[in-house]
Amino acid sequence: MNKTLLAGAAALLAATALSPAQAEDIKQGGSMIVTYKDDVSTLDPAIGYDWQNWSMIKSLFDGLMDYEPGTTNLMNDLAEDYTISDDGKVFTFKLRQGVKFHNGREMTAEDVKYSLDRVANPKTQSPGAGFFGSIKGFDAVAAGDADSLEGVTVVDPYTVQIELSRPDATFLHVMAINFSSIVPKEAVEEWGADFGKHPVGTGAFSLEEWTLGQRLVFKRNEDYWRAGVPRLDEITFEVGQEPIVALLRLQRGEADIPGDGIPPAKFLEVTKDPQYKDLIIEGGQLHTGYVTMNVKMPPFDKPEVRKAVNMAINKDRIVRIINGRAVPANQPLPPTMPGYDKDYEGYAYDPDAAKALLAEAGLGDGFETELYVYNTDPNPRIAQAIQADLAAIGIKAEIKALAQANVIAAGGEPDQAPMIWSGGMAWIADFPDPSNFYGPILGCAGAVKGGWNWSWYCNEELDALATAADSMTDPAQKAEREEAWRKIFIAVMDDAAWAPVFHEQRFTMRSERLGGPDAIFVDPVHIPVNYDYVWAKDVQ
Amino acid sequence: MGGYVLRRILQSLLILLGISFLTFILLYLIPADPARQIAGRSATAQTVENIREQLGLNLPFYQQYFRYLTGLLQGDLGRSYLQKTEVGELIWSRLPATLLLMAGAIVSELAIGLTMGLVAALRRNTATDTSLMVLSFVGVSSPQFVIGILLLYVFSVQLGWFPIGGYGTFRHMVLPSLTLGLLGAGWYSRMMRSAMIDVLRQDFIRTARAKGLKRWQVLFGHAMPNALLPVIAMIGIDIGLFMSGIVVVESVFGWPGIGQLAWQAIQRVDIPIIMGVTLVSAFAIVLGNFLADLIAPLIDPRIKLR
Repeated sequence: MNKTLLAGAAALLAATALSPAQAEDIKQGGSMIVTYKDDVSTLDPAIGYDWQNWSMIKSLFDGLMDYEPGTTNLMNDLAEDYTISDDGKVFTFKLRQGVKFHNGREMTAEDVKYSLDRVANPKTQSPGAGFFGSIKGFDAVAAGDADSLEGVTVVDPYTVQIELSRPDATFLHVMAINFSSIVPKEAVEEWGADFGKHPVGTGAFSLEEWTLGQRLVFKRNEDYWRAGVPRLDEITFEVGQEPIVALLRLQRGEADIPGDGIPPAKFLEVTKDPQYKDLIIEGGQLHTGYVTMNVKMPPFDKPEVRKAVNMAINKDRIVRIINGRAVPANQPLPPTMPGYDKDYEGYAYDPDAAKALLAEAGLGDGFETELYVYNTDPNPRIAQAIQADLAAIGIKAEIKALAQANVIAAGGEPDQAPMIWSGGMAWIADFPDPSNFYGPILGCAGAVKGGWNWSWYCNEELDALATAADSMTDPAQKAEREEAWRKIFIAVMDDAAWAPVFHEQRFTMRSERLGGPDAIFVDPVHIPVNYDYVWAKDVQ
Repeated sequence: MGGYVLRRILQSLLILLGISFLTFILLYLIPADPARQIAGRSATAQTVENIREQLGLNLPFYQQYFRYLTGLLQGDLGRSYLQKTEVGELIWSRLPATLLLMAGAIVSELAIGLTMGLVAALRRNTATDTSLMVLSFVGVSSPQFVIGILLLYVFSVQLGWFPIGGYGTFRHMVLPSLTLGLLGAGWYSRMMRSAMIDVLRQDFIRTARAKGLKRWQVLFGHAMPNALLPVIAMIGIDIGLFMSGIVVVESVFGWPGIGQLAWQAIQRVDIPIIMGVTLVSAFAIVLGNFLADLIAPLIDPRIKLR
C-alpha cells in the first residue's frame, strides 16, 4: 500500500515537475524573444507595479523571500533562514553569504535596511509603500518625520531583524513582493530618478541593453547564486508590437512568447487549431470579477435585494460572452487562493427566486438604478448581459460606461455609484494570501473616500476576525488561519456584499523551441511568465 | 524678406503658445487624477497627497501652467508619470524613426502620385485616366489603419515579402512608408494631373514643340517644372497630415516613433507625454508651413513675400 502510494506520488511529482528532463539535467544556454505592445514603464522595483514589468523585475532583483516556480508556495530567496518570535512581531532573517549585485559588490544586511527605508520614504513615491505599514516606525517615515524605519535593525552583515508594530501573518509575503527587492544604495544614488532605466540587482538576469521604444535585452547573471538558474543566456523583449502581430510572428517562428497573451480576436481560431494544441497554456489567475452594490445607497441597503442580484446574474452566459476565458465565481476568493471554499455553492442562477426576494423586500415592481463600467471591451458587453439579467427580475439598470479613472473615482464616493462591474480595474491579488482580498476591497479600511471598497460594506465583526486571522503568525497555524479566512469570505457572501461573476483564466502560447513546465508560463506570481526557468530546446 | 521672416517667427511662437495653453487646459480638465494614478491602488491617502504636492498638482491652474511654461523655456518637457523618464528623452529617442518614416512616405507619395498624375494627364479622358483617378480617390478616402492591415496581411503574412512590422532594415520601411504615403499620393496624382493638363495647353509648350524639341524634352524640360510648382508647396503642409497619420501607422506596424509613443500615452493618460508630443507635432507643422512659404519664391519668382 505504502509503496503504491509512494510510486503514485513520485509519478505525480514527475508529471508536475520539470519534464522531460530533471531540473539539474537542463543545460543552460540559448535565448528567446518575448513581445509586448507597450513600452516597459520602469524596472525600479520600488515603483514598477504593472503586470508587464512585474516578472521582469523579479528576474533582475531578488527579495528575502520568493515563491517556488509556478506555484504560490513561499520559499527562501536571499534569506537563507528566518525565525519568528513567539508573539509574531519580530522576524530575524539570516542572509545568504556571497551574493553579489550586478555591479560586483556583495549584498549585505545594510542593503536590506536601505531598500526597505527607501520604499517607505514618501520621496520615492512607491505605490507599494502601504504594504510596509506593519513595520515599526513606518508611520514616522511615511509622514516624513524620519528617514529610517525604526523596526529594521542590522544585527551583523548577514543578519537583519525586522520588528513589527502588530503581528502580521502576511509579512513573509510582503517580503516576497517586488517592492521589497534588495537594491544597492550606490547605484540608486548614481542614477537617481533614472534608476528604473538602469536597474542593478542580484537577480538571475542583468539588463544589457534598453533601446527606448524598441527592445530590452536581459543577459544571464553568470554569478547568480542559485545553481543552474537561469536556464537561458539571453532574453530579448521587443516592445511596440500589437498582440495580433505578435501572434503572427510567433506562428512564423520569429518570436517565442506573446507577452500580452492571445488576442481576443484570434482566440477561438488559435485554440481550435490542433497544430497549436500543445503550445497553448491555460492557467488560473488570482483574479475575481464582481459587481459591487453600494450598501449605503437604497435599495442596496437591504440584503434581500443584494441576494436577488446575485441570483439574477447568469454567470455561465457571461463566461460564454468572453469565449470561455474565465470560470464562473461564487465567492470573492479565486480557486487557486488559499482559503477558497470548494464546497461552497453560493447563490445559484434562479430568476424566480430572485423575484420572490425582491417582493419580500417590498420591491416587487422592481426599481431603477445605475451600473458603472469601464468603457473598454469586453466590459460594456458584460455590463449589457448583466443589464438584461437584471431587467428579467424587474431591475432597470442604466449603464454608465466611463473611462477607468472615472469609474474608480465614482466608486470611491459614498453616494455616487449604486452598482459597479469591476472588470478591467479590480481585483487581482498582489500576493497569494486571502487577506489581500479583504482589507482594501471588503474591509472597513477600504470603505473610505477614494478607497476601493466600492460596496461600502463595513462589518466590524468581520474586521475583528480578519485582524485575528492575520495575527496567527505561527506557520503551524497555517490551516487554522486558512479556515478563519474561509469563514470570513463566506460570511461576506451571506451578506451578499458583492455578486461575484467570474475568475479570469490566462491563456498564453509558447514557441516549440521553448521548454519548461506549463505552470511557469502562467506563473501565478511571476506574472506573466517566470523567465528564470524557461529553457531552450535547441541547446539540450 | 528679413521683416517677413521675423514676423512669421513671432507668429509661429504665438501659435505654439496658444496650442500649449489649449492642450494644457484640455488635459487639466480630464477627470483622471494623475496623483492617484501614480500612487496605484494600494496607496494610502497620505501617499497620494505627498505625490500631489511633489508634482505641484495641488496648485491652481494658472500656476501649474506657468510652471510648465518655465520648464519648457529651459527645454524641460517634464517627466512621464508612468514611464518615469524625461519626456524630452523619450521623444528624442523616437524622433529619428518618425523622421525616417516621413521621408519614406514623402518619397513614396511623390513617386506614386506624380507618376499617376502624369500618366493620367497624358492619357486624358481614356479608361486609364478614369481608373487611375478612381484609384487615387480610393487612396484619399481609405482609412490608414485599413490600408496598413491590408498591406500587412497580403505582403507580409500571405506572401512573406516583408517582415510583419518592426523597425531596422529597408524592408521594414516599405509597407509603413507606403501606407503613410498613399493618402498624399492620391492628392498629388489629382494635382499633378490638372496642373499638367493646364500647362500642356500653354503657349510656351506649343512654341517648344514648334521649335522641334522631342516629346520627352518638352515634357520633362518644360512642362514638368511648371506643373511641379504647386506640388512642392504642398510638401510642407504634408508634415501636418503625417503627424496625424503616424499615430495610426506606427501603431499598426510597431514602428518605434513618436506616434506610437503618443498612442500609448493617450491610452494610459500619461499627461506629460501627450503634452510633449502635441507640442513637438505643432512645432513640426508650423515649421513645415513656414519652410513651404519660404521656398515658394525660390521656385516661382512671381511669388513675393511681404
